Amino acid sequence: MRDVYFDYGATTPLRPEVVEAMLPYLKEQFGNPLSLHRYGEVPREAVEEGREKVAQLIGARSNEIYFTASGSEANNMAVKGIALMNEKKGKHLVVSAVEHLSVINAAQTMEKLGFEVTRVPVDKHGVVDPADVEKALRDDTTLVSIMHANSEIGTIQPIGEIAQVVKERSKAYFHTDAVATAGKLPVDVKELGVDLLSLAGNQFYGPKGAGALYIKRGSRIMPLIDGGVQEAGRRAGTENVPAIVGLGVAAELAAADMEERRAHLVPLRDRLIERLTSEIDDIYLTGHPTQRLPGHVSVVVEYIEGEAMLLLLSMQGVAASSGSTCTSRALKASHVLTALGIEPGLANGSLLLTLGRDSSMEDVDYFMEVFPPIVDRLRQMSPLYKEA
Amino acid sequence: MPTYSEKVMDHFANPRNVGEIEDADGVGSEGNPVCGDMMEFYIKVDDGRLTDVKYKTFGCGAAIACSSMVSEMAKGKTVEEAKKITNADVAAELEGLPKNKLHCSNLGADALHKAIEDYESKAREG
Repeated sequence: MRDVYFDYGATTPLRPEVVEAMLPYLKEQFGNPLSLHRYGEVPREAVEEGREKVAQLIGARSNEIYFTASGSEANNMAVKGIALMNEKKGKHLVVSAVEHLSVINAAQTMEKLGFEVTRVPVDKHGVVDPADVEKALRDDTTLVSIMHANSEIGTIQPIGEIAQVVKERSKAYFHTDAVATAGKLPVDVKELGVDLLSLAGNQFYGPKGAGALYIKRGSRIMPLIDGGVQEAGRRAGTENVPAIVGLGVAAELAAADMEERRAHLVPLRDRLIERLTSEIDDIYLTGHPTQRLPGHVSVVVEYIEGEAMLLLLSMQGVAASSGSTCTSRALKASHVLTALGIEPGLANGSLLLTLGRDSSMEDVDYFMEVFPPIVDRLRQMSPLYKEA
Repeated sequence: MPTYSEKVMDHFANPRNVGEIEDADGVGSEGNPVCGDMMEFYIKVDDGRLTDVKYKTFGCGAAIACSSMVSEMAKGKTVEEAKKITNADVAAELEGLPKNKLHCSNLGADALHKAIEDYESKAREG
């Protein structure tokens, strides 16, 4: 048996340098960055150093970076913060049908508060057409939020083109959820042309509890968390110094070896996709075949169910994920697979494999040793599978 | 993964009575792939007793475990006894199910009862 972690999309292990950098702030450097006495000095500097490192990762200025507890919080801050701040200018928001639930549900909450939301559809690969965004824009649109890449199906969106359309055809702010791309692929806020951007450290070998929202200078939001003066008054609360330090170091390391990691992952991903689709019948890749995240493999397997696959894989040492109804705590089918037009029964056979730094071809080979028999076994049990 | 009891994991990893019965006396199906769980039960009845019970299941760990447990509980019982098997009995025999998986136990008991109904309606006609 082999221990194979194919769920880097859920979270990533911390790099040793990240842990090392965080330790002093978990131990002797426990001070509050806002304290005027000496205990505050080093933590305060550390927070600003982290801020500068995150800014560099995405081509922003230090004072445009706001730390949050997660990517979801950054998304909420963007959607609700912009919507509420600009209420008098308009109450129309545009999102895509495949956004992360933190954007989808934040927009839904705004609907309950009297805002209108247009959800732009996607094609069968999950790609948003800039022309469809354009159609959705109105005079009273204040926010457009389209994710840089989708964590469930791996598809990378044409953000640069979409941002251009939003700028030329509306007065709306443009936010992108870059949680799935920041730290993995080059992300430059000027190139992308965005006003706001979310990212999360636990996606690129940094700690959990460490997210950030980029807000372009001159853009204002209504804070979600009111209180003290932290984060220039936009997000109150004593800073999570160790997490911010970890996030900064992770960002720095991610920037340095980004191309190397991408070059390492793409062949593994492509080999896995090739073997899955050629060695197993009635299995389909979801998301765009090439415009996709470097380590991302998502498929739907006909006649069998996701959770059952995950359990049997787990028994063989493989950790993976799924978008099936049973694996969602809410017992709802994946809104992303639904938006692709995938028939619900088939969507329940979803399997999601996300590879990372420590993944190897041996992992891919082992997976292909244990997975086909799992598929056979579950198909033999299934009332939907009739052998030819 | 939800926290499944050892009993559930055992029935999931080693499901009993999987299969079809070609000349079944009753067939019952419940659920559908859209909701994520579907079971088809086949029964053979001799002298008022379920001499054989088999099933095919599409679904999660709980679904597979429930159908296995239902088949074990029903095999060898009289038709009347099998009719009385409830989803609560199934969940209890499995030593508990996570709250959001309790509906799987409904499916198993219901599919079995449908198979029995099918047998009884055929028996009435025949």
